[in-house]
Amino acid sequence: MNPADQQPTEECGKRDKLSRRSFLRGSLGAAGGVAALGAALSPLRFLDTEDFTIEKFLQKHYKEMTPEDMEAVLDRIRVEVEQRYAVRPELRDIKANDGVEFVYALHLGRCIGCRRCVHACAQENNTSRSPEIQYIRVLEMPRGSIDLEQGRHDYDHPTVPDPDHYYMPVQCHQCANPPCVKVCPVEATWKEQDGIVVIDYDWCIGCRYCEAACPYWARRFNYAEPQIPRDKINPDMAYLSNRPRKKGVMEKCHFCLQRTREGRMPACLEVCPVGARKFGNVLDPESEVSQILRNKHVFVLKQEVGTLPRFFYYFDEDYPRNEHGMSSPVIPGGDHA
Amino acid sequence: MKLYLRFLWRCFRLSFVGDWRYHAWMLMLTVFVLLGVNAYAKQLVHGLVTTGMTDHVSWGLYIANFVYLVGMAAAAVMVVIPVYIYRRHELHDLVIFGELFAVASITMCLLFVQVDLGRPDRFMHMFWRFNFPMSMLTWDVVALGGYLLLNLHICGYLIYCAYRKVKPSPRFYIPFVFVAIGWAISIHTVTAFLFVGLGGRPFWNTAIIAPRFLASAFAAGPAFIIITLQMIRRFAGYHVSDDALKLLRNIVTVAMTVNMFLFVCELFTEFYADSAHIVSTKYLYLGLHGHHGLVPWIWTAIVLNTIALVILYLPFTKSLRFMNVACVFLIIGIWIEKGMGLVIPAFIPSPLGELVEYQPTLNETLVCLGIWAFGLLLYTIFVRISVPVLTGRVTADDDIKPQGVSATAPTR
Repeated sequence: MNPADQQPTEECGKRDKLSRRSFLRGSLGAAGGVAALGAALSPLRFLDTEDFTIEKFLQKHYKEMTPEDMEAVLDRIRVEVEQRYAVRPELRDIKANDGVEFVYALHLGRCIGCRRCVHACAQENNTSRSPEIQYIRVLEMPRGSIDLEQGRHDYDHPTVPDPDHYYMPVQCHQCANPPCVKVCPVEATWKEQDGIVVIDYDWCIGCRYCEAACPYWARRFNYAEPQIPRDKINPDMAYLSNRPRKKGVMEKCHFCLQRTREGRMPACLEVCPVGARKFGNVLDPESEVSQILRNKHVFVLKQEVGTLPRFFYYFDEDYPRNEHGMSSPVIPGGDHA
Repeated sequence: MKLYLRFLWRCFRLSFVGDWRYHAWMLMLTVFVLLGVNAYAKQLVHGLVTTGMTDHVSWGLYIANFVYLVGMAAAAVMVVIPVYIYRRHELHDLVIFGELFAVASITMCLLFVQVDLGRPDRFMHMFWRFNFPMSMLTWDVVALGGYLLLNLHICGYLIYCAYRKVKPSPRFYIPFVFVAIGWAISIHTVTAFLFVGLGGRPFWNTAIIAPRFLASAFAAGPAFIIITLQMIRRFAGYHVSDDALKLLRNIVTVAMTVNMFLFVCELFTEFYADSAHIVSTKYLYLGLHGHHGLVPWIWTAIVLNTIALVILYLPFTKSLRFMNVACVFLIIGIWIEKGMGLVIPAFIPSPLGELVEYQPTLNETLVCLGIWAFGLLLYTIFVRISVPVLTGRVTADDDIKPQGVSATAPTR
């Protein structure tokens, strides 16, 4: 009651006396505000407006694009790549083949930790050299442990392998039950029919929820605009794999689908000097990976998280039942049966 | 309709009117908002490299503040429940301040999510391919958006009724109030599930996070409301009874006790079992292999929270001054515990065992301050408008240019 008497009409009283002075003060204030806002926004003049065209804004999700839509998008990307890197890319959209499910197997007894796979991968997949993005991480592990925390990431010996260690390369495990796909709010990442988990770089909003969800630390985010020297660009590109990315989106290993879906082997496998890497179609019983899965001591990393990886590690020893033709299974702990 | 637009216009004008303290406060907040806008503009140009985040620690201060503010928003129900469930009708108007606070908090939450995105321009993709119900982030969007609308409706309706001097019709708001109570619990639960559901991060993969989120929110939120109500009483000339503050104080005490209990449960489970899963917990409380970036923070939080709880328990601290100290301690303590203490350690060490620490950059900090300043600015304006309307100083009748508008008002 009392306050109401003291200031009877709040703003109304002041508005009545809209004198020249208060008008001037008001407009000065407004002008100052606009100027301050303009100054605050001034860094935006350096914004790369090429990222924000209407065409890109309206681009559809990969799965909703018609072949014509896709062709138009591929044309646009070809032009962009050519402008930026002075290379005409061999860009296409490669679909998964029927009757194929890819599997990777890595021989821990053979890997010598030379990191050639790491660099061949970067070369093949046009990952940023500055800041450096690598899909494969090689851990130097003390013998007798698979505790990842004991692994060294930054080992730097004049020669490898170090006799007291073994080496464990880790990359995207293309899980059959991928937590990254589950959490993506916009379905920008999904599992393809051949088992490869892919990303539509033009759909990703960059929330990095998938990066938090991945138990294998396989995903990478473009915190800055990726830099690749012009002479290092690989022109053999696919839409869902190694075409150049922009800042603000996720990327990761995709089993070199621009190669493997056309019958070639992944770059990391081709470069491996000791043949520690094996890759192929697990649906084909005669493939090398099928035989490894049947006959070798195979394990997956972090089995307890239930992701069902397609990336297997193995040792050389064969199961006795195959080598020595055991007819009945051996019961551990004695012959109670 | 015309009357409503007129009401909005008068609210707009009202937000520029006040004494010198009001202007100074608003000017200060505006400066911080602009600093934040400037820092965000830089982030848009250069990318998230302007933050301290890396592939190792891929969420930082933005998500930490987001989590904290979801709790603040949810805590508004702690003012609503006494009024509508325990029929303390003398506190009715406080509900409006509580819910306006929720509106400001949710706005800040949405801004914190937006600044965390690598491609904020693609936010629209949510509406084309919405990964619901698989992704918990989509649940969070639904929960936060719904809560924002509910609260805007409830406060907007009540304030507008006061403006028109009409008694609010219970049909138009009571059902929404009860929905909002349940919804408030859900926003914080869903936010907890965002973290809890990730099997690859043992630090988060525990059922205790959701209840602890709620307990700490119901301590920090009412603590914040206690402070703001005293500000309103002092500067906006609105009478808030000491009884109301005491009621809130009791809520804070109970919620904080529960929070502390859950905290002890968590510590015991982790450290007694002492399995390989507690590396992140060890990093947080004790440091790991010479890295202890978060250790001073978390112990500050523990000390602040403990002192606050002791103050709240002791009988000779019934005076407001002691209570305010406790509240400020809680607001800070829980901010550390829930933001930095929950989000960041889960990334350290990385899933492949690498120890990379996180240090927020100046730019990132300025963006955060800007969003906080914007939220406070919003809340100040809400209070600035609602106090004179609720006390009947600004109503539809005293509008100096009625032009037949007032004639239509009573019939609606």
